[in-house]
Amino acid sequence: MKRIVNKHPLAIRWFHWINFPLLAVMIWSGLLIYWAYDPYAIKLFGVTAFKFFPQWFYHKLNVVHRLSEGMAFHFVFMWLFALNGLLYVLYTIFSGEWRYLLPQKSSWKEAWLVVLHDLHIRKTVPEQLKYNAAQRIVYTGIIIMGLGSLITGLSIYKPTQFNWLVFLCGGYRTARLIHFTLTIGYCLFFLLHIVQVILAGWNNFRAMITGFEIKNDNIPISRPKSSAPVMPQIPEADAKAK
Amino acid sequence: MPKPNKIDTKRFTEGELADNKTINRRTFLSFLTFGVSGVAAFFGWKALYNDPIEPKGITGGARKALRNVLNANEQVFNKTLPAGHMAKTYPLSVAAKVPRVNGDIGLKGTDANNWIEVITSPGNILKVTLDDLKSLPKTEHVIDFKCVEGWDQIMHWGGVKFSDFMMHYQLDKQAAMEYVGLHTPDNKYYVGIDMASAMHPQTLLCYEMNGKPLSQDHGYPLRLIIPVKYGIKNLKRIGTLYFSNQRPPDYWAENGYDYYAGL
Repeated sequence: MKRIVNKHPLAIRWFHWINFPLLAVMIWSGLLIYWAYDPYAIKLFGVTAFKFFPQWFYHKLNVVHRLSEGMAFHFVFMWLFALNGLLYVLYTIFSGEWRYLLPQKSSWKEAWLVVLHDLHIRKTVPEQLKYNAAQRIVYTGIIIMGLGSLITGLSIYKPTQFNWLVFLCGGYRTARLIHFTLTIGYCLFFLLHIVQVILAGWNNFRAMITGFEIKNDNIPISRPKSSAPVMPQIPEADAKAK
Repeated sequence: MPKPNKIDTKRFTEGELADNKTINRRTFLSFLTFGVSGVAAFFGWKALYNDPIEPKGITGGARKALRNVLNANEQVFNKTLPAGHMAKTYPLSVAAKVPRVNGDIGLKGTDANNWIEVITSPGNILKVTLDDLKSLPKTEHVIDFKCVEGWDQIMHWGGVKFSDFMMHYQLDKQAAMEYVGLHTPDNKYYVGIDMASAMHPQTLLCYEMNGKPLSQDHGYPLRLIIPVKYGIKNLKRIGTLYFSNQRPPDYWAENGYDYYAGL
């Protein structure tokens, strides 16, 4: 007999893997749209350090003169992207999985320890349940970013009908800039995510498909004596705090 | 499903016992589902990507399936969100001194007249001169002109409200129809506008920009300014205006863009 940890519920695995191609299509079609008016650049001391995007990039990805096509795909897949995200959030709320996802008070401090550990500066890592502190922050952040994309996207799409959203976003141009910046954020997240998943290994990756991790030590883990600087989560205390 | 109202620490620290057979079965089924779904998604995407382009009609240039959704989107945003939303207006001081020119289709000939023809019904043409329109109440606004390409610019326009024009010429029957069609004198550029958007209080038959008569490249003598639509619907140099219960031909809708193009 082995011990397994049921890490990811079936619904969350579906949401995760459906989101991946949907977001990819949204980013690609968004790029087709962005090409038609591409003013963004990172400027240092008045000199353009990086232009979003260089011509070779557009040609390489074959995005030139495809605005109408990009808009068509974008305004079809937006529904699927939004729906999948909404269902994920609802499921996470009602199943109680949010308890293992949202950052806790201790997460902000602990996240640094996780980062130091990942950079091989620190040997030990704080106790965790489903996700470590850094994951809690980043995975929650990416959901908030998704909401941000929907809000800024709707502001650009129907600025008259949703003029109050445009106001919230700080104006039409700002909404477009935020919408774009969030997209760059997804791309950076994706890179980091892939690296981390590779480093975490097969057991962790497989859990996103099968749902479970196999425990390598077949002995039930008892909580470590509190010599660690960071307290492990105590369910009773946590329940009271909520 | 885990209990929603309590943190289940044991789920992660202790897990549960499982024999190899169960583990192998669950692993196999999961990867099978994952693989089959992935392949299905790939072919689904391929089918959509290679979906035939719609036959050229009032709309054209878009994949059939996508066009259907674009038309459905129009229903969602047109029907669920009624008229009455006003485009934001700005103080005069922020209006562009030299508004951007972004298209000259239909403006190349020299056949700009100082009148337009209004087809009130098949065979009945009403000739409306620029002076006729200037004698009607003038409306000015400073609005953010939005191009489908993504740029926008705050511009100052003046003219006759389309709804005032309709009222003055007692075109009530025509206003009850579904669409307004417009085209340039040479008929090289043409748009169709749903009546609700045309009758929107900010829609102008526009003859002034920055307080001066329109320049040739901005559509002298008369153009449409319709802030609830992208720039592609803001036709320059109106030659003919007509009414229809069917979608009138629309230049950019024939080239893959959304027919409604509303903001």
